[in-house]
Amino acid sequence: MGDIAPDLLPISYLPFEGHPVRAQPVVSCRGESGRLLLVAATDEPRATERQGELFSTISGVEVEPVSTPETVEIDYDRELGEPGEFPFTRGVYPSMYRGRLWTMRQFAGFGTAEETNERFRYLLEHGQTGLSTAFDMPTLMGYDSDHPRSLGEVGREGVAIDSLEDMETLFAGIPLGEVSTSMTINSPAAILLAFYACVGEEQGVARDRLRGTIQTDILKEYIAQKEYIFPPEPSMRLVTDMVEFCATEMPLWHPISISGYHIREAGSTAAQELAFTLADGFTYVEWALERGLDVDAFAPRLSFFFNAHLDFFEEIAKYRAARRIWAHVMRDRYGAKDPRSWLMRFHTQTAGVSLTAQQPEVNIVRTALEALAAVLGGTQSLHTNSFDEALALPTEDAVRIALRTQQVIAHETGVANAVDPLGGSYHVEALTNELERQAYDYFDQIERLGGVVAAIKDNFFQKEIAEASFRYQSEVEAEQRIVVGVNRYQLADEQELEILKIDPALERKQIDRVQSLRARRDSRAVESALARLKEDAARDDRNLMPQIVDAARVYVTMGEMCDVFREVWGTWRETPVF
Amino acid sequence: MAGKIRVVVAKPGLDGHDRGAKIIARALRDAGMEVIYTGLHQTPEQIVETAIQEDADAVGISILSGAHMTLVPRILELLRGEGAEDVLVLVGGTIPTGDVAELKELGVAEVFTPGAPTSQIVEYLQARVAI
Repeated sequence: MGDIAPDLLPISYLPFEGHPVRAQPVVSCRGESGRLLLVAATDEPRATERQGELFSTISGVEVEPVSTPETVEIDYDRELGEPGEFPFTRGVYPSMYRGRLWTMRQFAGFGTAEETNERFRYLLEHGQTGLSTAFDMPTLMGYDSDHPRSLGEVGREGVAIDSLEDMETLFAGIPLGEVSTSMTINSPAAILLAFYACVGEEQGVARDRLRGTIQTDILKEYIAQKEYIFPPEPSMRLVTDMVEFCATEMPLWHPISISGYHIREAGSTAAQELAFTLADGFTYVEWALERGLDVDAFAPRLSFFFNAHLDFFEEIAKYRAARRIWAHVMRDRYGAKDPRSWLMRFHTQTAGVSLTAQQPEVNIVRTALEALAAVLGGTQSLHTNSFDEALALPTEDAVRIALRTQQVIAHETGVANAVDPLGGSYHVEALTNELERQAYDYFDQIERLGGVVAAIKDNFFQKEIAEASFRYQSEVEAEQRIVVGVNRYQLADEQELEILKIDPALERKQIDRVQSLRARRDSRAVESALARLKEDAARDDRNLMPQIVDAARVYVTMGEMCDVFREVWGTWRETPVF
Repeated sequence: MAGKIRVVVAKPGLDGHDRGAKIIARALRDAGMEVIYTGLHQTPEQIVETAIQEDADAVGISILSGAHMTLVPRILELLRGEGAEDVLVLVGGTIPTGDVAELKELGVAEVFTPGAPTSQIVEYLQARVAI
C-alpha cells in the first residue's frame, strides 16, 4: 500500500491541562510500578466465609468500607449538575426513563439471512423495540461465504451477508422507516451501511429517514476484538469517509458506536474500558476535524457502547464518569458549542465474559444484576445476554428470558421512576471520581506514546489488557475472588443443557446463494464498479462511500470490495503479546 | 531448552477472541514451559507448520467460533500427514459436550471448556509429556 498522505494523520494529542483536578481522597494505593496494591486491613473483623477474599472491585480498585463527606468531595454544580445539564454526570435527559424507557435491543444473527429474519420478527413480536444484527466471522473479516478461509465459519457466530441480495432477505417484511437497526460490524462497515441504504431505497425510504447505528469502531478491533483487515491509517480514512457521508446524507444515523464492550470482554479493567474507549472517541473526532468537518456537524451522532460487568457500583461509576469526561473534553478541548455534541449516549450489553458454563441458569441472575447497573447508570439501550451463551449461541427460550429480565427491571422494580437514584451516594461519587482520575492518567500515557494509533502499534493497549486479564484469572484460581459454581458452590452432577445447533447445511446453502448471484448479475457493471472503487481507494482525496453504494447496487459482493481494498491498502498483522 | 515442555498455543480460523489463549500461554510459561503463541487468524496449515518447526510436544488450540468441528479435524489430519501424530493436541473453548466426545475419538488428547483452571492444564501437560 502507499503511505497515507500526512494530511490524513490525526492532529497530535493535546495535553489534558483543562481537566479538573480536585482534592482526591485516597481510595486506592499504588506501588512503585503504578499498579494498584491490594491492602488487606488485618485488624478488620471478617466473616469466616470471606477469609482470603479481596475487598477491592473486580478491577482491583480498593473499596473504602465507609464513604463519608470527609472521604469524598462533591462539587454539585461543577461535577454533577442536574440531569440533562452539563456535565451530564446524572444522565443525558432531564426526565430519563420517566419520559422514555431505554431501548431493549437484543443482538441476534445466525445462519443465513432467512433464519435471522425469522428471529428478528420473533423479537419484534415479543416487544423488542429495536433490531441489532450480529454478523458471522467471514462477514466481519471481509470474506465471502465461498472463500476458503470461511470454511466451517459461515453463519456460526452471526448471520452471513455476502451481498445486497442477502441484506434484502435479512430485512424482508421489516419496514426500515419504522425500526431502528444496529449493525455490529467494523472493518467492512462502510459496505454494510451501503447495503442497508440500498434496501431502504428499494423500500422507498430515503437515506435521511433511516435510523440506526453501525459500529465502525476499528480502533478497538486493533486493541481488543481483533477483527481487523487493513492497516490502521486506511481503516481510519474509511471511518472518516463514513462520518462525513452520514453528516450530509444520513443525518439520523450513528456512523460509529465507540465501543468499550470488547475491550472489557478481552479482560480489561473498568478503568481501561473507560479510558481506552474515550481515547478512541477523541481520535475519531480529531480525524473528522482534520478532514475539515465542523465538530457540531458530526459529534451529536457519535454514540458509545459499554459493557455491564458484575461489580455493581464500579459499573455505575464508570458510566457516570464517562459522561462527565466526554462533556468536558468535547466542550473544552474540541470547542463543541452544540450541547448535543457534549452528550454521551450509549448502548450497554451485559458481560458475556462473566457468564459461566457451570450451572448456567445462575447466569440469569448475573445478567439481571448487570442490567440493573446499566439502568442505574443511565443507559440509552440495552442487550441482556442469554444464560446459555457460555456454551453456544442462545436458543429462542433463553433469549426470551433475557428480554423479560429487562422488562421486569423496567416495569416491576421501580428503578425507572427516579433519575440517577444513586447520585450523591458518597460511595458511588467516590468511585466515579476515582475512575475519572484513572482515565485521565491513561489519556496522559497514551498521549506520551503519540496517540491511539501509535500506541496500538506499540502494543500498549494489548499488553495492559493481557496483564489485567491474567491478574483476574490468578485471583480466581487463588480463590481470592469467588465465582459461584466455578470455584465455590459447585455441583457434582450438572444437567446437560439444550443448546442451539447451527445446521452445517446452512453453509452450503449460503455458498450456493452467493455463487448463483455471481452467475446471474451484470458482470460488466460489476467490473466497472470494481475498477472505479479501486481508483478511489488509491486516492485519499475522494470519499469512498458513493462509490461503495454504486457497487452495492449492482450486486458487487462484500468480499470482492474488500479484496480491492486489500490489494490497494494491504492487510494488518499484529505482533502477538501475552 | 532441554527438559522444557514445548507447547504451541494456536488460534485457528477467523475468531479474534484471544483472552483465553493469552492467559493459557502465560500460565504455561510461568510453569516453566517453552510457549510459542501463533497469534490470530491462523490456517490449519500454518499451525501445523509451526508445530513441526518448533518441535512441539503439544499444540493447544483455542477456538470460540463454533468452527471447531471443521478446523480441529483438519489440524489432526495434517499432523498425521507430517508423521507428527505423537504431538499432543489439546482444545480449549466453547465446545459442546457432544463435540468433545467426537473430537477425542478423532485424536484430540483433551478438551478444556470454560471455567477450567489453568493449573489443571499445566498439571495435565506435565503428566502427559515425558521429557
